[in-house]
Amino acid sequence: MADQWSLYSKKVMEHFQHPRNVGEIKNPEGVGHVGNPICGDIMELYIKVKDNKIVDAKFKTFGCGAAIATSSMVTEMVKGKTIEEALKISNRAVAEALDGLPPIKMHCSVLAEDALKAAIEDYLAKKGKKNDY
Amino acid sequence: MKRIYLDYAATTPTHPEVMKEMLPFFNQIYGNPSSIYQLAQRAKGAVEEARKKVAELINAKPEEIIFTSGGTEADNLAIKGVAWANKKKGNHIITSKIEHHAVLNTCKWLEKQGFKVTYISVDKYGIINLDELKDSLTDKTILISIMHANNEVGTIQPLLEISKIAQRRGIYFHTDAVQTVGKVPTDVKESGVDLLSLSGHKLYGPKGVGALYIRKGVKVLPLIHGGHHERNKRAGTENVPGIVGLGKACELAAREMATERRKLKMLRDRLYKGLSEQIEDIVLNGHPQNRLPGNLNICVKYVEGESMLINLDLEGICASSGSACTSGSLEPSHVLLAMGIPPEIAHGSLRFSLGRDTTEKEIDRVIEVLPPIVKKLRAMSPFGKKIKSGEYRG
Repeated sequence: MADQWSLYSKKVMEHFQHPRNVGEIKNPEGVGHVGNPICGDIMELYIKVKDNKIVDAKFKTFGCGAAIATSSMVTEMVKGKTIEEALKISNRAVAEALDGLPPIKMHCSVLAEDALKAAIEDYLAKKGKKNDY
Repeated sequence: MKRIYLDYAATTPTHPEVMKEMLPFFNQIYGNPSSIYQLAQRAKGAVEEARKKVAELINAKPEEIIFTSGGTEADNLAIKGVAWANKKKGNHIITSKIEHHAVLNTCKWLEKQGFKVTYISVDKYGIINLDELKDSLTDKTILISIMHANNEVGTIQPLLEISKIAQRRGIYFHTDAVQTVGKVPTDVKESGVDLLSLSGHKLYGPKGVGALYIRKGVKVLPLIHGGHHERNKRAGTENVPGIVGLGKACELAAREMATERRKLKMLRDRLYKGLSEQIEDIVLNGHPQNRLPGNLNICVKYVEGESMLINLDLEGICASSGSACTSGSLEPSHVLLAMGIPPEIAHGSLRFSLGRDTTEKEIDRVIEVLPPIVKKLRAMSPFGKKIKSGEYRG
Protein backbone atom coordinates (compact mmCIF):
# COMPACT_ATOMS: atom_id res chain seq x y z
CA MET A 1 0.00 0.00 0.00
CA ALA A 2 3.05 2.27 0.01
CA ASP A 3 2.01 4.12 -3.11
CA GLN A 4 2.17 7.67 -4.37
CA TRP A 5 -0.06 8.89 -1.56
CA SER A 6 2.38 7.78 1.10
CA LEU A 7 3.88 10.46 3.32
CA TYR A 8 7.30 8.97 2.61
CA SER A 9 9.26 7.92 -0.47
CA LYS A 10 9.32 4.25 -1.50
CA LYS A 11 12.90 4.01 -0.30
CA VAL A 12 12.02 5.36 3.16
CA MET A 13 9.11 2.94 3.39
CA GLU A 14 11.31 0.06 2.30
CA HIS A 15 13.90 0.81 5.00
CA PHE A 16 11.15 1.43 7.55
CA GLN A 17 9.51 -1.91 6.85
CA HIS A 18 12.75 -3.83 6.55
CA PRO A 19 15.31 -1.93 8.56
CA ARG A 20 18.90 -3.08 8.11
CA ASN A 21 21.31 -3.57 10.99
CA VAL A 22 18.87 -3.48 13.89
CA GLY A 23 20.46 -4.43 17.17
CA GLU A 24 23.56 -3.89 19.25
CA ILE A 25 27.21 -4.83 18.84
CA LYS A 26 28.87 -6.51 21.78
CA ASN A 27 32.02 -4.70 22.83
CA PRO A 28 31.74 -2.06 20.11
CA GLU A 29 34.63 0.24 19.31
CA GLY A 30 32.24 3.17 19.43
CA VAL A 31 28.69 3.96 20.56
CA GLY A 32 26.68 7.10 19.91
CA HIS A 33 23.59 7.96 21.99
CA VAL A 34 21.67 10.94 20.67
CA GLY A 35 18.25 12.52 20.88
CA ASN A 36 16.05 12.90 23.89
CA PRO A 37 12.76 11.40 24.94
CA ILE A 38 11.03 14.77 25.02
CA CYS A 39 11.42 15.22 21.27
CA GLY A 40 10.43 11.63 20.73
CA ASP A 41 13.56 10.45 18.93
CA ILE A 42 16.35 8.44 20.51
CA MET A 43 19.06 6.78 18.47
CA GLU A 44 21.81 4.45 19.56
CA LEU A 45 24.45 3.65 16.96
CA TYR A 46 27.17 1.05 17.43
CA ILE A 47 30.27 0.69 15.26
CA LYS A 48 32.88 -2.01 14.93
CA VAL A 49 36.20 -0.66 13.65
CA LYS A 50 39.15 -2.59 12.25
CA ASP A 51 42.27 -0.91 10.82
CA ASN A 52 40.57 2.46 10.73
CA LYS A 53 37.65 0.99 8.78
CA ILE A 54 34.07 0.61 9.98
CA VAL A 55 33.40 -3.07 9.43
CA ASP A 56 30.00 -3.26 11.09
CA ALA A 57 27.31 -0.89 12.33
CA LYS A 58 24.06 -1.48 14.19
CA PHE A 59 21.34 0.69 15.66
CA LYS A 60 18.46 0.88 18.07
CA THR A 61 15.94 3.66 17.58
CA PHE A 62 12.85 4.96 19.32
CA GLY A 63 11.22 7.26 16.84
CA CYS A 64 9.02 7.88 13.86
CA GLY A 65 9.19 6.25 10.44
CA ALA A 66 11.81 8.70 9.21
CA ALA A 67 13.98 8.16 12.29
CA ILE A 68 13.96 4.40 11.77
CA ALA A 69 14.63 4.69 8.03
CA THR A 70 17.52 7.15 8.47
CA SER A 71 19.04 4.91 11.18
CA SER A 72 18.86 1.98 8.81
CA MET A 73 20.31 3.97 5.92
CA VAL A 74 23.18 5.55 7.83
CA THR A 75 24.33 2.17 9.17
CA GLU A 76 24.31 0.85 5.60
CA MET A 77 26.27 3.84 4.33
CA VAL A 78 29.10 3.66 6.87
CA LYS A 79 29.92 0.02 6.47
CA GLY A 80 33.27 -0.38 4.71
CA LYS A 81 34.13 3.30 5.06
CA THR A 82 37.25 4.63 6.75
CA ILE A 83 36.74 6.88 9.78
CA GLU A 84 37.65 9.93 7.68
CA GLU A 85 35.15 8.97 4.97
CA ALA A 86 32.44 8.24 7.52
CA LEU A 87 32.91 11.63 9.15
CA LYS A 88 32.03 13.25 5.81
CA ILE A 89 28.58 11.63 5.66
CA SER A 90 26.14 14.49 6.04
CA ASN A 91 22.50 14.44 7.01
CA ARG A 92 21.69 15.57 3.45
CA ALA A 93 23.51 12.58 2.03
CA VAL A 94 21.44 10.25 4.24
CA ALA A 95 18.21 11.98 3.21
CA GLU A 96 19.21 11.88 -0.47
CA ALA A 97 20.05 8.20 -0.26
CA LEU A 98 16.45 7.71 0.90
CA ASP A 99 15.12 9.72 -2.07
CA GLY A 100 14.33 12.61 0.20
CA LEU A 101 12.38 13.24 3.39
CA PRO A 102 9.39 15.49 4.03
CA PRO A 103 10.69 18.93 5.20
CA ILE A 104 9.39 18.47 8.76
CA LYS A 105 11.32 15.20 8.97
CA MET A 106 14.73 16.55 8.00
CA HIS A 107 15.69 16.72 11.68
CA CYS A 108 15.57 12.92 11.73
CA SER A 109 18.43 12.83 9.22
CA VAL A 110 20.32 15.30 11.43
CA LEU A 111 19.88 12.87 14.27
CA ALA A 112 21.36 10.06 12.15
CA GLU A 113 24.40 12.19 11.32
CA ASP A 114 24.76 13.15 14.98
CA ALA A 115 24.52 9.51 16.09
CA LEU A 116 27.24 8.52 13.64
CA LYS A 117 29.49 11.41 14.69
CA ALA A 118 28.94 10.56 18.36
CA ALA A 119 29.88 6.91 17.75
CA ILE A 120 33.04 7.94 15.91
CA GLU A 121 33.96 10.45 18.61
CA ASP A 122 33.48 7.73 21.19
CA TYR A 123 35.78 5.48 19.18
CA LEU A 124 38.41 8.18 18.78
CA ALA A 125 38.25 9.08 22.47
CA LYS A 126 38.72 5.45 23.49
CA LYS A 127 41.55 5.07 20.99
CA GLY A 128 43.19 8.24 22.24
CA LYS A 129 43.08 6.94 25.77
CA LYS A 130 44.61 3.65 24.72
CA ASN A 131 47.39 5.48 22.92
CA ASP A 132 48.07 7.47 26.04
CA TYR A 133 48.95 4.37 28.00
CA MET B 1 -7.05 -5.02 1.34
CA LYS B 2 -10.16 -3.59 2.97
CA ARG B 3 -9.65 -0.26 4.63
CA ILE B 4 -10.49 -0.01 8.33
CA TYR B 5 -11.23 3.58 9.21
CA LEU B 6 -10.86 4.35 12.91
CA ASP B 7 -10.30 8.08 12.83
CA TYR B 8 -13.88 9.36 13.04
CA ALA B 9 -12.79 12.05 15.51
CA ALA B 10 -10.68 13.55 12.72
CA THR B 11 -13.48 13.44 10.19
CA THR B 12 -16.35 11.24 9.10
CA PRO B 13 -17.53 10.09 5.68
CA THR B 14 -20.55 12.07 4.56
CA HIS B 15 -23.72 10.05 5.10
CA PRO B 16 -25.30 8.96 1.77
CA GLU B 17 -28.66 10.47 2.82
CA VAL B 18 -26.87 13.74 3.54
CA MET B 19 -25.27 13.75 0.10
CA LYS B 20 -28.60 13.00 -1.53
CA GLU B 21 -30.19 15.90 0.32
CA MET B 22 -27.39 18.28 -0.71
CA LEU B 23 -27.17 17.46 -4.42
CA PRO B 24 -30.14 19.49 -5.77
CA PHE B 25 -28.71 22.63 -4.16
CA PHE B 26 -25.66 22.62 -6.42
CA ASN B 27 -27.36 22.97 -9.78
CA GLN B 28 -31.13 22.87 -9.40
CA ILE B 29 -32.07 25.02 -6.44
CA TYR B 30 -28.97 27.16 -6.85
CA GLY B 31 -30.57 30.56 -6.16
CA ASN B 32 -28.92 33.01 -3.82
CA PRO B 33 -31.00 33.02 -0.62
CA SER B 34 -30.80 36.83 -0.58
CA SER B 35 -32.62 37.15 -3.91
CA ILE B 36 -36.38 37.55 -4.17
CA TYR B 37 -37.56 35.13 -6.87
CA GLN B 38 -38.88 31.68 -6.03
CA LEU B 39 -35.71 29.81 -7.00
CA ALA B 40 -33.86 31.84 -4.37
CA GLN B 41 -36.63 31.69 -1.79
CA ARG B 42 -36.62 27.91 -2.06
CA ALA B 43 -32.91 27.92 -1.21
CA LYS B 44 -33.60 30.30 1.64
CA GLY B 45 -36.34 28.00 2.88
CA ALA B 46 -33.89 25.09 2.85
CA VAL B 47 -31.37 27.08 4.88
CA GLU B 48 -34.04 27.94 7.46
CA GLU B 49 -35.21 24.34 7.55
CA ALA B 50 -31.62 23.25 8.26
CA ARG B 51 -31.32 25.90 10.97
CA LYS B 52 -34.36 24.38 12.69
CA LYS B 53 -32.84 20.90 12.56
CA VAL B 54 -29.52 22.07 14.03
CA ALA B 55 -31.35 24.01 16.74
CA GLU B 56 -33.52 21.02 17.57
CA LEU B 57 -30.54 18.71 18.09
CA ILE B 58 -29.06 20.99 20.76
CA ASN B 59 -32.38 22.31 22.15
CA ALA B 60 -31.85 25.88 20.93
CA LYS B 61 -34.09 28.29 19.02
CA PRO B 62 -33.44 28.49 15.27
CA GLU B 63 -32.62 32.21 15.51
CA GLU B 64 -29.81 31.35 17.93
CA ILE B 65 -27.92 29.38 15.25
CA ILE B 66 -25.30 31.12 13.08
CA PHE B 67 -23.84 29.09 10.23
CA THR B 68 -20.08 29.24 9.78
CA SER B 69 -17.42 27.55 7.65
CA GLY B 70 -16.78 24.98 10.39
CA GLY B 71 -15.82 24.40 13.98
CA THR B 72 -12.71 26.56 13.86
CA GLU B 73 -14.60 29.58 12.60
CA ALA B 74 -17.32 29.00 15.18
CA ASP B 75 -14.68 28.98 17.95
CA ASN B 76 -13.06 32.13 16.55
CA LEU B 77 -16.40 33.92 16.28
CA ALA B 78 -17.36 32.95 19.82
CA ILE B 79 -14.10 33.96 21.46
CA LYS B 80 -13.02 37.00 19.44
CA GLY B 81 -16.64 38.07 18.97
CA VAL B 82 -17.35 38.06 22.71
CA ALA B 83 -13.97 39.58 23.56
CA TRP B 84 -14.44 42.53 21.20
CA ALA B 85 -18.10 43.09 22.03
CA ASN B 86 -17.46 43.09 25.79
CA LYS B 87 -14.16 44.95 25.94
CA LYS B 88 -15.70 47.63 28.12
CA LYS B 89 -16.73 45.04 30.70
CA GLY B 90 -13.32 43.46 30.96
CA ASN B 91 -10.37 41.89 29.23
CA HIS B 92 -9.98 38.54 30.98
CA ILE B 93 -10.73 35.15 29.43
CA ILE B 94 -10.51 31.74 31.07
CA THR B 95 -9.95 28.57 29.10
CA SER B 96 -8.20 25.24 29.69
CA LYS B 97 -4.84 23.76 28.80
CA ILE B 98 -6.42 20.95 26.78
CA GLU B 99 -8.53 22.94 24.32
CA HIS B 100 -8.38 22.37 20.59
CA HIS B 101 -5.93 24.68 18.83
CA ALA B 102 -8.88 26.55 17.35
CA VAL B 103 -9.53 27.83 20.88
CA LEU B 104 -5.97 27.90 22.26
CA ASN B 105 -4.42 29.81 19.38
CA THR B 106 -7.36 32.22 19.22
CA CYS B 107 -6.78 32.98 22.91
CA LYS B 108 -3.04 33.34 22.36
CA TRP B 109 -3.72 35.81 19.57
CA LEU B 110 -6.05 37.80 21.82
CA GLU B 111 -3.28 37.94 24.43
CA LYS B 112 -1.18 39.78 21.85
CA GLN B 113 -4.07 42.24 21.46
CA GLY B 114 -3.95 43.02 25.17
CA PHE B 115 -6.42 40.51 26.58
CA LYS B 116 -5.46 38.43 29.60
CA VAL B 117 -5.99 34.69 29.40
CA THR B 118 -5.86 32.07 32.16
CA TYR B 119 -5.30 28.46 31.10
CA ILE B 120 -6.84 26.12 33.69
CA SER B 121 -5.09 22.83 34.41
CA VAL B 122 -6.68 19.39 34.32
CA ASP B 123 -6.37 16.25 36.43
CA LYS B 124 -4.89 12.96 35.23
CA TYR B 125 -8.17 12.09 33.50
CA GLY B 126 -8.35 15.40 31.68
CA ILE B 127 -11.12 16.95 33.80
CA ILE B 128 -10.64 20.63 34.48
CA ASN B 129 -9.90 21.83 37.98
CA LEU B 130 -13.07 23.63 39.08
CA ASP B 131 -11.44 25.20 42.14
CA GLU B 132 -8.74 26.68 39.97
CA LEU B 133 -11.46 27.99 37.68
CA LYS B 134 -13.25 29.67 40.59
CA ASP B 135 -10.01 31.13 41.90
CA SER B 136 -9.14 32.56 38.50
CA LEU B 137 -12.30 34.65 38.22
CA THR B 138 -11.77 38.38 38.41
CA ASP B 139 -13.96 41.45 37.96
CA LYS B 140 -12.53 41.67 34.46
CA THR B 141 -13.48 38.12 33.40
CA ILE B 142 -15.82 38.25 30.41
CA LEU B 143 -15.65 34.73 29.01
CA ILE B 144 -15.01 31.13 30.01
CA SER B 145 -14.33 28.76 27.11
CA ILE B 146 -14.12 25.07 28.03
CA MET B 147 -14.63 22.28 25.54
CA HIS B 148 -17.44 19.77 25.98
CA ALA B 149 -15.35 16.68 25.17
CA ASN B 150 -11.70 16.53 24.35
CA ASN B 151 -10.88 15.53 20.79
CA GLU B 152 -7.86 13.43 21.74
CA VAL B 153 -8.74 11.60 24.93
CA GLY B 154 -12.54 11.92 24.82
CA THR B 155 -12.96 13.15 28.40
CA ILE B 156 -16.28 14.94 28.91
CA GLN B 157 -16.27 18.09 31.05
CA PRO B 158 -18.90 18.95 33.69
CA LEU B 159 -20.56 21.74 31.68
CA LEU B 160 -23.37 22.33 34.14
CA GLU B 161 -21.00 22.98 37.03
CA ILE B 162 -18.95 25.38 34.92
CA SER B 163 -22.02 27.22 33.68
CA LYS B 164 -23.27 27.67 37.25
CA ILE B 165 -19.98 29.31 38.17
CA ALA B 166 -20.16 31.53 35.09
CA GLN B 167 -23.81 32.50 35.57
CA ARG B 168 -23.31 33.52 39.20
CA ARG B 169 -20.80 36.10 38.03
CA GLY B 170 -22.55 37.11 34.82
CA ILE B 171 -19.73 35.72 32.68
CA TYR B 172 -20.38 34.22 29.27
CA PHE B 173 -19.65 30.51 28.87
CA HIS B 174 -18.62 29.10 25.50
CA THR B 175 -18.10 25.41 24.80
CA ASP B 176 -16.45 23.78 21.81
CA ALA B 177 -18.82 20.86 21.30
CA VAL B 178 -17.39 19.76 17.96
CA GLN B 179 -16.72 16.26 19.30
CA THR B 180 -19.99 15.79 21.14
CA VAL B 181 -22.86 17.16 19.05
CA GLY B 182 -24.59 14.17 17.51
CA LYS B 183 -22.55 11.73 19.62
CA VAL B 184 -23.81 12.33 23.14
CA PRO B 185 -26.80 14.44 24.23
CA THR B 186 -25.85 18.10 24.04
CA ASP B 187 -28.49 20.42 25.41
CA VAL B 188 -27.77 24.13 25.61
CA LYS B 189 -30.63 24.81 28.01
CA GLU B 190 -29.80 21.99 30.38
CA SER B 191 -26.05 22.67 30.40
CA GLY B 192 -26.54 26.43 30.62
CA VAL B 193 -23.99 27.39 27.98
CA ASP B 194 -24.18 30.77 26.23
CA LEU B 195 -22.26 29.82 23.11
CA LEU B 196 -21.58 26.43 21.53
CA SER B 197 -19.50 25.48 18.48
CA LEU B 198 -20.28 22.53 16.25
CA SER B 199 -18.95 21.15 13.00
CA GLY B 200 -20.63 19.34 10.10
CA HIS B 201 -17.97 16.86 9.07
CA LYS B 202 -17.62 15.35 12.54
CA LEU B 203 -21.20 14.09 12.45
CA TYR B 204 -21.41 12.63 8.94
CA GLY B 205 -22.14 15.98 7.34
CA PRO B 206 -19.93 17.73 4.78
CA LYS B 207 -16.67 19.57 5.43
CA GLY B 208 -16.69 23.35 5.24
CA VAL B 209 -19.77 23.97 7.34
CA GLY B 210 -20.40 24.38 11.03
CA ALA B 211 -22.44 26.53 13.36
CA LEU B 212 -22.25 28.65 16.45
CA TYR B 213 -25.11 28.71 18.92
CA ILE B 214 -25.39 32.18 20.44
CA ARG B 215 -27.93 32.41 23.22
CA LYS B 216 -30.36 35.26 22.63
CA GLY B 217 -29.00 38.39 24.31
CA VAL B 218 -25.31 37.46 24.21
CA LYS B 219 -23.25 40.25 22.69
CA VAL B 220 -20.97 39.10 19.87
CA LEU B 221 -19.25 41.14 17.17
CA PRO B 222 -18.76 39.56 13.74
CA LEU B 223 -15.41 38.49 12.30
CA ILE B 224 -16.49 38.78 8.69
CA HIS B 225 -18.11 41.97 7.41
CA GLY B 226 -20.21 42.32 4.30
CA GLY B 227 -23.90 41.79 3.65
CA HIS B 228 -26.66 41.30 6.17
CA HIS B 229 -26.43 37.52 6.29
CA GLU B 230 -26.85 35.45 9.43
CA ARG B 231 -28.35 38.29 11.48
CA ASN B 232 -25.33 40.47 10.74
CA LYS B 233 -23.11 38.05 12.58
CA ARG B 234 -21.49 36.36 9.58
CA ALA B 235 -21.47 37.98 6.16
CA GLY B 236 -21.18 36.05 2.91
CA THR B 237 -23.56 34.17 0.65
CA GLU B 238 -24.70 31.08 2.52
CA ASN B 239 -23.06 27.74 1.74
CA VAL B 240 -26.49 26.37 0.88
CA PRO B 241 -25.55 22.76 0.00
CA GLY B 242 -23.30 22.56 3.06
CA ILE B 243 -25.92 24.02 5.37
CA VAL B 244 -28.58 21.66 4.00
CA GLY B 245 -26.15 18.79 4.58
CA LEU B 246 -25.45 19.89 8.14
CA GLY B 247 -29.17 20.08 8.80
CA LYS B 248 -29.75 16.58 7.47
CA ALA B 249 -26.77 15.25 9.46
CA CYS B 250 -28.26 16.71 12.65
CA GLU B 251 -31.64 15.16 11.87
CA LEU B 252 -30.03 11.74 11.36
CA ALA B 253 -27.89 12.10 14.48
CA ALA B 254 -30.97 12.82 16.60
CA ARG B 255 -32.55 9.67 15.24
CA GLU B 256 -29.56 7.34 15.57
CA MET B 257 -27.66 8.67 18.59
CA ALA B 258 -29.00 6.36 21.28
CA THR B 259 -28.38 3.07 19.44
CA GLU B 260 -25.14 4.36 18.00
CA ARG B 261 -23.77 5.23 21.44
CA ARG B 262 -24.42 1.76 22.79
CA LYS B 263 -22.81 0.10 19.80
CA LEU B 264 -19.73 2.32 19.87
CA LYS B 265 -19.17 1.86 23.56
CA MET B 266 -19.42 -1.92 23.22
CA LEU B 267 -16.94 -2.02 20.33
CA ARG B 268 -14.60 0.48 21.99
CA ASP B 269 -14.50 -1.60 25.19
CA ARG B 270 -13.89 -4.73 23.13
CA LEU B 271 -10.93 -3.03 21.43
CA TYR B 272 -9.37 -1.91 24.70
CA LYS B 273 -9.87 -5.29 26.32
CA GLY B 274 -8.36 -7.11 23.36
CA LEU B 275 -5.35 -4.82 23.12
CA SER B 276 -4.63 -4.72 26.83
CA GLU B 277 -4.75 -8.50 27.01
CA GLN B 278 -2.18 -8.86 24.25
CA ILE B 279 0.14 -5.91 24.75
CA GLU B 280 2.02 -5.32 27.96
CA ASP B 281 2.55 -1.84 29.31
CA ILE B 282 -0.28 0.05 27.71
CA VAL B 283 -2.09 2.85 29.49
CA LEU B 284 -5.62 4.12 28.95
CA ASN B 285 -5.74 7.88 28.53
CA GLY B 286 -8.75 9.98 29.49
CA HIS B 287 -11.54 9.39 31.94
CA PRO B 288 -12.50 5.72 32.24
CA GLN B 289 -16.26 6.51 32.36
CA ASN B 290 -16.90 10.15 31.46
CA ARG B 291 -15.70 9.85 27.92
CA LEU B 292 -16.95 9.80 24.35
CA PRO B 293 -18.41 6.40 23.47
CA GLY B 294 -16.34 5.93 20.31
CA ASN B 295 -12.99 7.14 21.65
CA LEU B 296 -10.10 4.95 22.71
CA ASN B 297 -6.79 6.64 23.48
CA ILE B 298 -3.90 4.57 24.75
CA CYS B 299 -0.19 4.99 25.27
CA VAL B 300 1.96 2.08 24.17
CA LYS B 301 5.13 2.45 26.18
CA TYR B 302 8.62 2.31 24.62
CA VAL B 303 7.43 2.87 21.04
CA GLU B 304 6.69 6.00 19.10
CA GLY B 305 3.22 6.75 17.77
CA GLU B 306 3.93 7.60 14.16
CA SER B 307 5.88 4.41 13.55
CA MET B 308 2.84 2.46 14.79
CA LEU B 309 0.49 4.52 12.60
CA ILE B 310 2.52 3.87 9.46
CA ASN B 311 2.57 0.16 10.18
CA LEU B 312 -1.18 0.22 10.77
CA ASP B 313 -1.65 2.14 7.51
CA LEU B 314 0.25 -0.59 5.69
CA GLU B 315 -2.45 -2.94 7.00
CA GLY B 316 -5.16 -0.57 5.81
CA ILE B 317 -5.96 0.74 9.29
CA CYS B 318 -6.41 4.52 9.77
CA ALA B 319 -5.84 5.90 13.27
CA SER B 320 -4.03 8.86 14.83
CA SER B 321 -1.49 9.74 17.49
CA GLY B 322 -0.51 12.59 19.74
CA SER B 323 3.18 12.10 19.05
CA ALA B 324 5.27 15.09 18.01
CA CYS B 325 5.98 13.47 14.68
CA THR B 326 2.35 13.56 13.69
CA SER B 327 1.73 17.11 14.83
CA GLY B 328 4.56 18.74 12.91
CA SER B 329 5.97 20.17 16.11
CA LEU B 330 8.72 18.86 18.36
CA GLU B 331 6.47 18.36 21.34
CA PRO B 332 3.97 15.62 21.91
CA SER B 333 0.27 16.32 22.48
CA HIS B 334 -0.39 19.29 24.78
CA VAL B 335 -3.42 17.40 26.06
CA LEU B 336 -1.45 14.36 27.27
CA LEU B 337 1.27 16.58 28.75
CA ALA B 338 -1.36 18.63 30.62
CA MET B 339 -2.70 15.36 32.05
CA GLY B 340 0.75 14.73 33.54
CA ILE B 341 1.84 12.01 31.14
CA PRO B 342 5.64 12.07 30.68
CA PRO B 343 6.69 13.15 27.15
CA GLU B 344 8.40 9.86 26.25
CA ILE B 345 5.16 8.02 27.00
CA ALA B 346 2.97 10.62 25.32
CA HIS B 347 4.95 10.03 22.12
CA GLY B 348 3.57 6.50 22.11
CA SER B 349 -0.08 7.51 22.09
CA LEU B 350 -2.62 6.05 19.71
CA ARG B 351 -6.16 7.24 19.20
CA PHE B 352 -8.79 4.98 17.71
CA SER B 353 -12.09 6.74 17.14
CA LEU B 354 -14.95 4.52 16.10
CA GLY B 355 -18.02 5.44 14.10
CA ARG B 356 -21.23 4.29 12.48
CA ASP B 357 -19.60 1.94 9.96
CA THR B 358 -17.26 0.28 12.48
CA THR B 359 -17.82 -3.46 12.83
CA GLU B 360 -16.80 -6.09 15.34
CA LYS B 361 -14.77 -7.75 12.60
CA GLU B 362 -12.77 -4.56 12.09
CA ILE B 363 -12.08 -4.26 15.79
CA ASP B 364 -10.91 -7.87 15.93
CA ARG B 365 -8.61 -7.22 13.00
CA VAL B 366 -6.93 -4.36 14.89
CA ILE B 367 -6.52 -6.59 17.94
CA GLU B 368 -4.83 -9.10 15.65
CA VAL B 369 -2.60 -6.64 13.78
CA LEU B 370 -1.34 -4.22 16.43
CA PRO B 371 0.42 -6.59 18.88
CA PRO B 372 3.00 -7.87 16.33
CA ILE B 373 3.64 -4.27 15.19
CA VAL B 374 4.36 -3.25 18.77
CA LYS B 375 6.57 -6.27 19.27
CA LYS B 376 8.62 -5.45 16.20
CA LEU B 377 9.05 -1.79 17.16
CA ARG B 378 9.89 -2.60 20.76
CA ALA B 379 12.63 -4.94 19.56
CA MET B 380 14.08 -1.94 17.72
CA SER B 381 13.69 0.42 20.67
CA PRO B 382 16.67 1.36 22.85
CA PHE B 383 14.23 1.34 25.76
CA GLY B 384 14.12 -2.45 25.50
CA LYS B 385 17.22 -3.27 27.54
CA LYS B 386 16.38 -0.58 30.04
CA ILE B 387 12.99 -2.16 30.55
CA LYS B 388 14.58 -5.56 31.06
CA SER B 389 17.14 -4.26 33.52
CA GLY B 390 14.48 -2.31 35.41
CA GLU B 391 16.34 0.92 34.73
CA TYR B 392 13.41 2.40 32.88
CA ARG B 393 10.08 2.81 34.60
CA GLY B 394 7.45 4.71 32.68
